Amino acid sequence: MSVPYALLGLLEQQPRHGYDLKRLVDRYFAPDHPVAFAQVYSTLGRLEQRGRVRVDQVEQAEGPERRRYAITDEGTRELERWLEEPLDAEPHLQASLFTKVVLAILSGRPVEALVDAERHAHLERMRELTAVRRTSPLPLALLADYALFHLEADLRWLDLTTSRVDELRRTILTIPEVP
Amino acid sequence: MIANPPPLDLSAQRAAAPHGQETPLLEATDLHKRFGQTEALRGIDFAIAPGEIVAVMGPSGSGKSTLLHCLAGITLPDEGNVAFRGARIDAMSDADRSRLRRTAFGFVFQFGQLVPELPAIENVALPLLLNGVGRGPAEQQAAAWFPRLGLEGLEGRRAGEMSGGQAQRVAIARALVVEPGVIFADEPTGSLDSLAGEHVMELLTRAATEQGVAIVLVTHEARVAAYAHREIIVRDGRLSGADVR
Repeated sequence: MSVPYALLGLLEQQPRHGYDLKRLVDRYFAPDHPVAFAQVYSTLGRLEQRGRVRVDQVEQAEGPERRRYAITDEGTRELERWLEEPLDAEPHLQASLFTKVVLAILSGRPVEALVDAERHAHLERMRELTAVRRTSPLPLALLADYALFHLEADLRWLDLTTSRVDELRRTILTIPEVP
Repeated sequence: MIANPPPLDLSAQRAAAPHGQETPLLEATDLHKRFGQTEALRGIDFAIAPGEIVAVMGPSGSGKSTLLHCLAGITLPDEGNVAFRGARIDAMSDADRSRLRRTAFGFVFQFGQLVPELPAIENVALPLLLNGVGRGPAEQQAAAWFPRLGLEGLEGRRAGEMSGGQAQRVAIARALVVEPGVIFADEPTGSLDSLAGEHVMELLTRAATEQGVAIVLVTHEARVAAYAHREIIVRDGRLSGADVR
């Protein structure tokens, strides 16, 4: 699902605690497969080391300290780059594509431009594979077919998502932030 | 408006050059088309070079078939213009435009383009007969396409008795027999299973490339679009951002 970018996208909205981030990641991006707290905290740790997020507040009432994270300028730039550049067109990208679509909606970025860039990248890869299948012996041609069918499935899912993007926007924007 | 469109010279500039740098074979500028309250096209620019294959993609109802019909002179745009080899299609008389469609364009659609009662060879020869070629030479030219499209031995088979894949290959032969500059294909594999569809696309694109024929290929299938050199995406009657020139 690209947990680092999901976290950066949520932190771009406002600074948040790790616990809230985990709940929001589950709600928006992984309703069928919650991420582990440990994964959220370890990802935040790596993002902090790389200067993409920083701790902007530490609270200590009872128990362990609560660290609130904020995105840095470098983190915002990295998120922008990831959203704008098409993913490498390999099969089984649905989870990352879905993260991109949801983040675009949450941040008010245009979804269609993002989707069209992904479509062009997919089709470029499909052209290469089509050339392979046209010029290769049958075993290799069939392997190229396998990749072509999977890339096509990604694109069909993308088409479906695009056709329902207004509905998705309404649904996502009405999910309450506080569980 | 151009008062005096250049004369139509159908023998000129046989399209054999590779696609890329040269003057567009077919060029459309700022096309608008409205059907009642619906704006099907809202300012589309399009150009295709000789021998180039361009896929036109987009959701249902986005305007891609309307775009194809305007480019092919089947429908006239409300605004904007379409030029084939420099001649304004939208400014031609109906007779000249019909002649252009019969002699310089080929068409492959999803369904219903062959005469089911006629043998395949007569279906392929039909455009030549309409262009005034005698029956003997027309059927001779038509017959030459059968082996190239894997249709050997099916010359006498009635179109209505053929499989979907065979019928589409006959339709491709019929589109190619007039040695067109451009073929307009609207969902040419839409009624076929995967294997027959791949076969049709393989033969269509190979024959077109050998002949230097350009193809405008409307499709919603990514695997079909992947046979093209590039794709444009039509959305709500406009080109998507990345395709705007």
